[in-house]
Amino acid sequence: MPRTPRMKVSDLANPNRFLRLSRWMIPLFAVAALALLAYGFYLGFQAPPERDQGYMFRIMFVHVPSAWLALGVYTMMACAALGTLVWRHPLSDVAQKAAAPLGAAFALICLVTGSIWGYPTWGTFWEWDGRLTSMLVLFLIYLGIIALWRAFDEPLQAAKAVAILTLVGFINIPIVKFSVDWWSGLHQKASVFRLDGPTMHPVYLHPLLICALGFSFLFGAMLMLAMRTEIARRRVRTLTLFAAREAS
Amino acid sequence: MTRAFFAILRRDLALALRAGGGAGIGVIFFLALVMVVPLAIGPDQKLLSQIGPAILWIGALLASLLGLDRVFGADAEDGSLDLLLLAPLPLEIIAFAKALAHWLATGLPLVIATPLLGLLLGVEMKALGATALMLLIGTPAIAFLGSIGAGLAASLPRSGLLIAVLIVPFTIPVLIFGTAATAAAVAEASLFGTAFKLLCALALFSFVIGPVAAAAALRIGRSA
Amino acid sequence: MQLTASSISCVRGGRALYDGLSFSLSSGELLLLNGPNGSGKTSLLRQIAGLLPLDTGTIAFEGFDRAEETHFVGHAPAIKDALTVSENLSFWCDLYGRSGASPEAALKQLKLAPLASLPGRVLSAGQKRRLALARLVAIRRSLWLLDEPDTALDAEGRATLLEIIAGHRARGGMVVMASHGTLNVAASCALALDEHAKAAAA
Repeated sequence: MPRTPRMKVSDLANPNRFLRLSRWMIPLFAVAALALLAYGFYLGFQAPPERDQGYMFRIMFVHVPSAWLALGVYTMMACAALGTLVWRHPLSDVAQKAAAPLGAAFALICLVTGSIWGYPTWGTFWEWDGRLTSMLVLFLIYLGIIALWRAFDEPLQAAKAVAILTLVGFINIPIVKFSVDWWSGLHQKASVFRLDGPTMHPVYLHPLLICALGFSFLFGAMLMLAMRTEIARRRVRTLTLFAAREAS
Repeated sequence: MTRAFFAILRRDLALALRAGGGAGIGVIFFLALVMVVPLAIGPDQKLLSQIGPAILWIGALLASLLGLDRVFGADAEDGSLDLLLLAPLPLEIIAFAKALAHWLATGLPLVIATPLLGLLLGVEMKALGATALMLLIGTPAIAFLGSIGAGLAASLPRSGLLIAVLIVPFTIPVLIFGTAATAAAVAEASLFGTAFKLLCALALFSFVIGPVAAAAALRIGRSA
Repeated sequence: MQLTASSISCVRGGRALYDGLSFSLSSGELLLLNGPNGSGKTSLLRQIAGLLPLDTGTIAFEGFDRAEETHFVGHAPAIKDALTVSENLSFWCDLYGRSGASPEAALKQLKLAPLASLPGRVLSAGQKRRLALARLVAIRRSLWLLDEPDTALDAEGRATLLEIIAGHRARGGMVVMASHGTLNVAASCALALDEHAKAAAA
């Protein structure tokens, strides 16, 4: 059993408090998520079917929150990126890394549900609708970030590079969205079908917000879980490196 | 400062043009791309001349993304990057010079080749001119945005595809406004003004964010 | 001029290469860094240069500006194969400012003058190393950070290296040099990095 080296290692310095907190926060968040989602879906299913779209519109209760979350998670990653680069908070890079696949998953769910929702109207599984296209680009950006994480050996170096990419992306995403919307406006005749339905009547809005909150808590729980995994992964890596040193 | 800036510009241009690759291979790749489209679609002349400008834009985009890994990669490999980081010239200016050299060596030849390749696609004269002119503004934007990816991946081996994957989303606005401006120029639509101004704005934006982000990325990459 | 390091440490891959390192260097002095491969000699040089951040402690530069007065000669000689010998050197002179000997004189001192118009790719390892060292002569800076500068040099090359180091020190310059002990140089002080690493791990 190698003796614990005296290390001032930033990636092991602070996480104990986080690890203690997350132990009870994760179940708490998970329960809150389950409760909110159950209630939200219940309310949602109670609401009368929308005039043009029939019962399919209910997929909106997954589609719209996942769109919000895909963007929200990116914003959180951008804040964590600032934490890594500017304030040098020790857990920022762990949070960044853990959030990326989750954000990508929400983007993917948004795309898939959007595709299913649109199928009855479009007749195909995909249309180059402005919103969906923007989400597809965001998904690609997420994949690029995940790829960059995997390209580096040293996690701290990877974190800083990804932080810069995330921030550059954060600046560019509004530009991309603007350009895609503009492009969509150019090439499509006046779109009759708006993917998130008519102006929100409270009977739809309330369940939507509750579901969004539920998904947020779900994200929070999964984020903390992923962060714990990442911290454990780094510990294993450090011990492996140390064992290699000791052996030589 | 000016002397140092031009020293970098001259050196990078010399390296790009002398070492195997550089100007020639980008244009050849562009030709290869333009060739495969009719082979895949079929020689429908009318269709080809219609989508011709778009194919040229896509080809220029992909060919521009090639070789980005050499912008900083070669320097990272032979230890020059450390010396560039320690040089009296600000790293952002150095990054600007290198991105500019990269565009001159690889992007500009693409622009020059565009009218010739457009003939292969049966694109009409006016459209050829419009495409080449819009690419003249679009390719520097792509090069400077691309330098961000190059900076991030400077210390990574074989990073060509990775850089392309990272940068393509950010070049989408350039593609959108560039192709729209091209189409509007040909059709003499009033849309041209907006699209053109937005394209120019994007280019200017890339001249700033490119070197700044690339420099930040390079500094991080070296502390390993 | 004075270079003072207080309690600096370096953590790489989760372990401390060295910790609590302190030393000071004045004009005309040479600090020799000893230690096996991987003991942190390169990391220390990079920390002094500012390429690697300090994990703890400070380094103070009195009487000169680090950014303007430091030369870093690393493992890789920073030579482009496609450029000629004199183009390689002139580039660095243009970038860093021509303050020392002219590039031609520098090449002459390093016995590279006959190769001036040959491309970098035909140079042997020893010749590339000498071209890297020519930078030290052509661009005048006070603090030299040399990472095993005698690698690949023959006896004549080593003699030239000792000459230019002596000349630099006589003019008041400072040198921090990493070495495997193959160079017979009169050091003002020496730092054995493997001992420090052991102290860090204890």
